[in-house]
Amino acid sequence: MKNESENNSSLSLEEIFEQRIANDEKIEPKDWMPEKYRKTHIRQISQHAHSEIVGMLPEGNWITRAPSLRRKVALLAKVQDEAGHGLYLYSACETLGVSREELYEQLHSGKAKYSSIFNYPTITWADMGAIGWLVDGAAIINQVPLCNTSYGPYARAMVRVCKEESFHQRQGFEIMLTLCKGTEVQKQMAQDALNRWWWPALMMLGPTDDVSVHTEQSMKWKLKRKTNDELRQQFIDQTVPQADILGLTIPDPDLKWNEKTGHYDFGEINWDEFWQVVKGHGPCNKERMDARVGAWERGTWVRDAAMAYAEKQQNRKENAAKAV
Amino acid sequence: MNKNWPLWEIFVRSKNGLEHRHFGSLHAADAEMALENARDVYTRRSEGVSIWVVESKYITASNPEHNGELFEPAQDKVYRHPTFYDLPDDVKHM
Amino acid sequence: MKTNLYNYILELGDNCLIAGQRLGELCGHGPSLETDIACTNISLDLFGQTRSYFQYAADVKGDNATEDSIAFLRYEQQYKNVLLVEQPNRDFAYTVARQYLFDVFHLLLLEKLQFSQDMTLSAIAKKSIKEVSYHVRFSGDWIKRLGDGTDESHEKMQAAINDLWTYTNELFEVTEAAKSLIDDGIAIDAATLKESYYEKVSALLEEATLTIPESKYFQKGGKSGVHTEHLGYLLADMQYMQRAYPNMTW
Repeated sequence: MKNESENNSSLSLEEIFEQRIANDEKIEPKDWMPEKYRKTHIRQISQHAHSEIVGMLPEGNWITRAPSLRRKVALLAKVQDEAGHGLYLYSACETLGVSREELYEQLHSGKAKYSSIFNYPTITWADMGAIGWLVDGAAIINQVPLCNTSYGPYARAMVRVCKEESFHQRQGFEIMLTLCKGTEVQKQMAQDALNRWWWPALMMLGPTDDVSVHTEQSMKWKLKRKTNDELRQQFIDQTVPQADILGLTIPDPDLKWNEKTGHYDFGEINWDEFWQVVKGHGPCNKERMDARVGAWERGTWVRDAAMAYAEKQQNRKENAAKAV
Repeated sequence: MNKNWPLWEIFVRSKNGLEHRHFGSLHAADAEMALENARDVYTRRSEGVSIWVVESKYITASNPEHNGELFEPAQDKVYRHPTFYDLPDDVKHM
Repeated sequence: MKTNLYNYILELGDNCLIAGQRLGELCGHGPSLETDIACTNISLDLFGQTRSYFQYAADVKGDNATEDSIAFLRYEQQYKNVLLVEQPNRDFAYTVARQYLFDVFHLLLLEKLQFSQDMTLSAIAKKSIKEVSYHVRFSGDWIKRLGDGTDESHEKMQAAINDLWTYTNELFEVTEAAKSLIDDGIAIDAATLKESYYEKVSALLEEATLTIPESKYFQKGGKSGVHTEHLGYLLADMQYMQRAYPNMTW
């Protein structure tokens, strides 16, 4: 162990800061932090929040069409949770000195990114199963390590998110399982959904390590515990046996167990498609943004009215107090 | 007009006998709405039996830069803790 | 089968089903995240109540009926919800107005239904009262905010109330099914709720600086299966899976 007390006075604020993180101390909103830490966190947390609320849309599509009452309430509760998670994350982000309205503005103007998986369409009921199983599955792999991230409000939000998410993936898998135990038409529906969601789910874990720009810094700040490629491998290794249980075929002819590495080998990911979607040219980028912007703009008069009413009430209260 | 809903801090008592604990924050136009929103956002899974809401701007927080003068002086006041006092082993119930 | 009881349960359950479905449409499209979460909660409460009613209806019907066959596999004219709850979400004022005008009735009804001689209905009512008390509070607060908010919101809220007012009188219509069960203390005589309904609603509208519509022209038909044009579209969505893929388990 280094002699800390001896050196502390000669360390810069930034060095002390990095040391605190290395010692597993949490950073809280009012603590001094390097501008880059603040910016990176605003970017990542808001991106995460945006993903939650844009993610409500593809699934929200099916709330009115869910095939049974049981499925309907489960889906509603799940989409509602996503709104809640967006809210927790926006709140965490706001502790860094940026308002939710500013963050919305970034999303609506296209400046901020969100998980590109939500730019794919949900065209059959089986997509509700595939999203829960694969997309939430990949999300959990990403999210669990964040419960220990260095920024306190983010870590606390993630603890809550992870606790609530535990039913989401099970909900999706159960939908898939029911389809796979059903009629031929239902099995086909399930296989088709897997075919369409498999590769986007793999892409969701981020670009490969050799091109990923943020990894090293993010590791230091505990925004990341494992690299994208490690997470992807973990996801594949745990998902393949689940597909076997369902009796579905993963749409990758190169997928096979590698005795030597103890992992599955898998085929080439189409990164051109990934970047196309990230850059705004996926199948549903426009629909998703139109929906978000539309909801926000249609809501303006409602939010304004609530503020006006609150002010009137406040004035009435004050006047009543004066009159006494 | 375009005035944004202010931020509120939400404190929830999980069950009687426990203190209210800070659960998070949310936006609301007034206290009534903050309470309703808090109920819907933070107690969906029966997490609470009582809610406090406080508009965030009314919270005064200590400055971490003053942590040294605020909190460190307490560290060497070991006589505030029972272990500071030596008693023979055969003294019971103390 | 006890046809009258079955029909009466549908009358109760269909209101919850259709009102819940309308609110569910909004999830992700509301004016703020907080209101999305709140409206979804109300929708979930209503679907929960729907399931209780339909599980009971399925028992009464027998014949392998399930909550889902009842919810999804009837024809338009077999739905017995009031016209009010099927009205679309034209804007947030309509949503809030529809909800409030229904919630007040719903709570008054449940407060009586909890004393029904039918133990199942009584139990469902007792559980639902707590949920619906909150619904009234939520929608009532929003009526006040929008009515007494800005000029624009006042205008929109007034328009919604004016348009939906025509559907309020149907709430108090007593169907044949209900009539046959009132004497035994099973069903509630909805007509007896009317006075206190308009009293409560009027008081709140006044507080919200809104004008109570004077119209004496009312629409009815929902309770006997003659609906507005909106229900067909709602059902086309809601029944899609069960109709397109019949006889499957989901």
